[in-house]
Amino acid sequence: MKNKLFEKYFVFSPYFWLVLFFFIPLAIIFKISISVSEWGMPPYQDIFLFDNGFKINTTFENYVYIFSDYYYIGSFVNSLILALISTFFCLLIGFPLAFYIATSNIRLRNILLVLVVIPFWSSFLLRVYAWKIILQNNGILNVILLNLGIISEPLQLLYNQYAVIMGIVYTYLPLMILPLYGYLNKFDLNLIEASKDLGLNRIKTFFKVILPLSLPGIVAGSLLVFIPVVGEFIIPEMLGGSDRLYYGKILWEEFFVNRNWPGASALAFSGIIILVLPIVIFQILYSRWSQKNEI
Amino acid sequence: MKSSLIKSTVIFLGLFFLYFPILVLIFYSFNENKRVMVWKGFSLKWYNELFNNEQIIEAFIISIKIAALSATFATILGVMIGYSLVRIRKIPFKSFYIFLSSTPLVLPELILGLSMLLFFISLNNIIGFPSSRGQLTIFISHVTFCIAFVAIIIQARLTDFNKNIEEAAMDLGYNYTKVLYKITLPIILPSIIAGWLLAFTISLDDLVVASFTTGPGANTLPIVVFSKVRLGLSPEVNALSAILMFALIIIGLFYFYCNKKFKH
Repeated sequence: MKNKLFEKYFVFSPYFWLVLFFFIPLAIIFKISISVSEWGMPPYQDIFLFDNGFKINTTFENYVYIFSDYYYIGSFVNSLILALISTFFCLLIGFPLAFYIATSNIRLRNILLVLVVIPFWSSFLLRVYAWKIILQNNGILNVILLNLGIISEPLQLLYNQYAVIMGIVYTYLPLMILPLYGYLNKFDLNLIEASKDLGLNRIKTFFKVILPLSLPGIVAGSLLVFIPVVGEFIIPEMLGGSDRLYYGKILWEEFFVNRNWPGASALAFSGIIILVLPIVIFQILYSRWSQKNEI
Repeated sequence: MKSSLIKSTVIFLGLFFLYFPILVLIFYSFNENKRVMVWKGFSLKWYNELFNNEQIIEAFIISIKIAALSATFATILGVMIGYSLVRIRKIPFKSFYIFLSSTPLVLPELILGLSMLLFFISLNNIIGFPSSRGQLTIFISHVTFCIAFVAIIIQARLTDFNKNIEEAAMDLGYNYTKVLYKITLPIILPSIIAGWLLAFTISLDDLVVASFTTGPGANTLPIVVFSKVRLGLSPEVNALSAILMFALIIIGLFYFYCNKKFKH
């Protein structure tokens, strides 16, 4: 009897907190996203009206408004492309690093792993700020390039989409390396030797042995990078210019500048549906697929 | 021989890429010139300015306070989730429970921040609380998204945990609660500390959610720093960076020490 009480306490304390402070806020976003907007405070009408009998006052106009305007769709597409490119570069840099760390001897491996992850512990905002210093017109990169005689006048490196990609790859790299390392670490190195003995060359060994076995790590790392990057606000704000608008910026401005709460909520809720829902589905499918393939 | 050369080169370049920006930041914090990019000479001037900047000091104290409190709450609730998911069979609507405790990990901060702000505004309209946003609302939001990080660490630890020790203690007459407090929690203590440190750092570092849920008198350190560097460079922020990087890296090392302890 006592055990049950205790179990309930353990299960329901966080349950209560998360329903109240996580689920209900998400529900409120949905509620406001289907409200009729108006001038005033708060800038939307209630969805239940009682003045002349009970009436439900909802609209999908906010969604129609967002999905019919290229300004919003275009920004979201920009964010998706940005996330795709950044994830690709994180993988390109992260994979060889994770692979070589995982194949080092044990003592070196732990040191290297800590070294790779430690920058992740230092402030995110300040790491982005560091790139602002490096990419300045009179910044260290331009100075080096000028002194080497590669360029004759400073390049405009900051405030464009390339600077944004640079900042993202830099700050999110550890998030890619960790799960990759996690899977590569479990991996039996003899398999590579075996594959070579069986006559596969390096390229074939990579594509037939190493890549399939590290696929779960690649998927996990890519998701950890891709999703937050779609909603990224700080990096484009600090390093980006006006050449491209992104989802995060649009959402921020819709709420704080245009004071269009229903519109901002519709944007946010669409983001949840487009980003988070596929992952839940994907995880279910993937776990089924991997179960089937292991047997 | 050739492949080991490639290996060393890759590792060296990777580490260089990760550390170069941090070193640049620290290097320029010693620049005497007010124009951050033009080197004039070594000086501790900006450190001095930093310690006399009341706005930054105040923000720092607020941030530490919020981070310590929200890390503590998030750790308590996160340990409960981790324990429930691994040890307790009957959880009503288990997939909903898993959804609630893992979605904050992947949800973009911006959406989380917006939802919290709209929640607090709606709550205020209905019950008149919280009448204004500030440290309390930031604290609540930070607990909410730090829980998931602690839960994942504890869950991983408990999954590896040898259940026999708990069962042996039960056989020796310990009841359920006693096993938890005398056996399970002490053994996973390093992981609990690791979870607390992670939550503390995440809260200390958060800009987006805090920007949404802040109010009068609750400018956290990232909010102040962001307002200073959004449009330009600030030599004081350079000095702050150097100190903060150093402090956070030490916390990070301590985290590794705690989290590694049980693995070997």
